[in-house]
Amino acid sequence: MNEYTRLLAPMLQRTATSLRDLAPIIIVIAFFQIVVLQQPFPNLENVVIGLAFVVIGLALFIVGLESALFPIGELLAEGFAKKGSLTALLAFAFCLGFGATVAEPALIAIAAEAADVASEAGAIANSDQARSSYALEVRLVVAVSVGAAIVLGVFRILKGWPIHRLIIGGYLLVVALTFFAPDDIIGVAYDSGGVTTSTVTVPLVAALGVGLATSIRGRNPMIDGFGLIALASLTPIICVLAYGMVT
Amino acid sequence: MESLSSLWPTILSTIVDVAPIVGVLVLFQVAVLRRKLPNPGRMIAGFVFVLLGLAFFLVGLEQALFPIGETMARQLTGAETVGPQSAADGVDWRDYWLVYTFAAAIGFATTIAEPSLIAVAIKAEDVSGGTVRAWGLRLAVAVGVALGVALGCFRIVTGTPLPWYIMAAYVIVIVQTFRSSKTIVPLAYDSGGVTTSTVTVPVVAALGLGLAASIPGRSPLIDGFGLIAFASVFPIMTVLGYAIIASWLNQRRKTIESKDG
Repeated sequence: MNEYTRLLAPMLQRTATSLRDLAPIIIVIAFFQIVVLQQPFPNLENVVIGLAFVVIGLALFIVGLESALFPIGELLAEGFAKKGSLTALLAFAFCLGFGATVAEPALIAIAAEAADVASEAGAIANSDQARSSYALEVRLVVAVSVGAAIVLGVFRILKGWPIHRLIIGGYLLVVALTFFAPDDIIGVAYDSGGVTTSTVTVPLVAALGVGLATSIRGRNPMIDGFGLIALASLTPIICVLAYGMVT
Repeated sequence: MESLSSLWPTILSTIVDVAPIVGVLVLFQVAVLRRKLPNPGRMIAGFVFVLLGLAFFLVGLEQALFPIGETMARQLTGAETVGPQSAADGVDWRDYWLVYTFAAAIGFATTIAEPSLIAVAIKAEDVSGGTVRAWGLRLAVAVGVALGVALGCFRIVTGTPLPWYIMAAYVIVIVQTFRSSKTIVPLAYDSGGVTTSTVTVPVVAALGLGLAASIPGRSPLIDGFGLIAFASVFPIMTVLGYAIIASWLNQRRKTIESKDG
């Protein structure tokens, strides 16, 4: 229990910061509700309790982030750098990307929507079974593509390749595929890039990248450490577009 | 207390979401790296804080923010706010200025509260030794999301094709990439991916679907998507733009100083 009480002191400080982080939302909602729409708040009590939960939750998350997620990411990066096994590192990179994405709620939602779009357009049969198997396939395609993106990104850190070549190459691929992909899938595909990076994964992946770039001689953590998240949000767009063309 | 009773299922579902990642971390730490954690108690406590924090955060958002955000998106895109005549004689994009304003304001506000962006900003300030300010980065990203979401709403209203906008945005990003300092580019690219998670996606998606449903001739299924894509590309532009302007100002100050000296 000792560790928990020790984390409570930074909690109080963080609560004040979280309040500041949420101030813009409160101001925007209140302004539009009172001044523009001129309506009273429905269930004001619920709203106040809910906001208190959000403030506490954000403070807990940030404290946990600094005492667990960042250290774990750095620790693993350092461990792999010391061990020096490329296979182990790349296997880990793939598992982290795949594992983080396959259960992501936002992805599950967007895969179901993609299945609706596909069945409406007549690409797949209009039955629940066809839709759910299509949605599962989209999820697996995206999860594999995120795993592959983290592998590529880690490999890039080791080699010191400039990130902009990979990203610009990816953009060109997106543009090329857009011309051939069915119109209905384009919106879903573009959006799928934004939903794959969840709140727990981002800090871990950022700490892993920066940790690797710090442990490897000749790499700069600013130049080589960042970029994993960017790759992980680009590959799903490419893969969903490609998947839409195949089916 | 509805909120307390919904806390437990949310904690459970958060654990289920995070389980694969924890599994991967434990497997590699124990089986491959075979090293002891330096401070296991603190890390486990920290992980519990992360899980509890996310659960509280989500329950609170569902209780306080999402219902209002969705109602507001519906009301603002509805006929009373926009004016009844617009439905009869085609869509005039100028009738929707309130929607663009709301989109920009809510995009900005939700991005400031986005936990994964806070995480990356803390890391960036740490790694850059303070050259990149966490708060400055978050503001630049939030401005990008605001511009992106507002433009995305304009696109839904006018019904112009999504790829044109995204491709134009890519071209601008590519041009900026070659004019920016090498140290900021990877961070700018990353900030595009982190803007859209827990807070922003539900509110922005509701706005897009509501808008597409209320405008005659738009299909929610086809036109409702794409706002998240806008919200992921525009922050790259604003972060790179901010860096270009900051380094330009720095240089100018230096030349002025050297002239004076």
